[in-house]
Amino acid sequence: MSRGSLLFKMELQSNPEMLCVVRNALSELTAKLGFSEPQCRAVVLAVDEALTNIIRHAYLGDPEQPIEASFRRIHVPGEGKSGDALEIVLEDSGATAPEKMCGRALEDVRPGGLGLHFIRESMDTVEFSRSNGKNQLRLVKILHSQGPPKGS
Amino acid sequence: MKIAARHLDKITIFDISGDIDLATSPELRKALLRELRELKTPRVVLNLSAVRYIDSSGVASLVEGLKASRDVGSRLVLFGLNKTVREVLQLSKLVRIFEIYENEEQSVAP
Repeated sequence: MSRGSLLFKMELQSNPEMLCVVRNALSELTAKLGFSEPQCRAVVLAVDEALTNIIRHAYLGDPEQPIEASFRRIHVPGEGKSGDALEIVLEDSGATAPEKMCGRALEDVRPGGLGLHFIRESMDTVEFSRSNGKNQLRLVKILHSQGPPKGS
Repeated sequence: MKIAARHLDKITIFDISGDIDLATSPELRKALLRELRELKTPRVVLNLSAVRYIDSSGVASLVEGLKASRDVGSRLVLFGLNKTVREVLQLSKLVRIFEIYENEEQSVAP
């Protein structure tokens, strides 16, 4: 698959005060790309939660660690959901292995553990990987879903 | 996020505005737990009509407040949920556990 066209890239500190800055930028970006209002809110929520997880779990609350976020417009081929999409890649150098982030059952009513559930519910693709000492989270939200042709 | 408290008989109303996220939810949590655990206010009402955004840490603070209210026999009541806040609570599947009203009048009714 093509890496798509880079829309913008940001480097930020793992400071919770930065979250509203990212939300505002992403809200503008998703609206400009043509996402519906609920889709815009979903993408903003997913990225906010992902950054929150990095700050809390990868960097254990240290507010001065680096996070890279890149935003690309890509095309997602396939027989199921396909179409133009927004790909968001978040990278951090924290120690938390992605597989440790397993969320929790929603029936378990208690504070915490909701973030990953929100991310999964909000995005079409959620992929964790780790290489060269970096955690990478890839999120994809399809812009105009084109399902299989009718009658197929 | 800003929190302003009003008092009405034995009810405390928190007017909350702005974004509730990782940066601000500790303040909300602290205010709720003080009101419920320390002051044991019989009913705490949260006016969320000016809240633009809430994330999982904000929902977690509300859940913690709810648990504290149950521990001390108080009520935690929410009203004024806009589309964004309601969506997140619905997504959390926790919307059913909260006592939610449309407006302040209903929230403070005997």
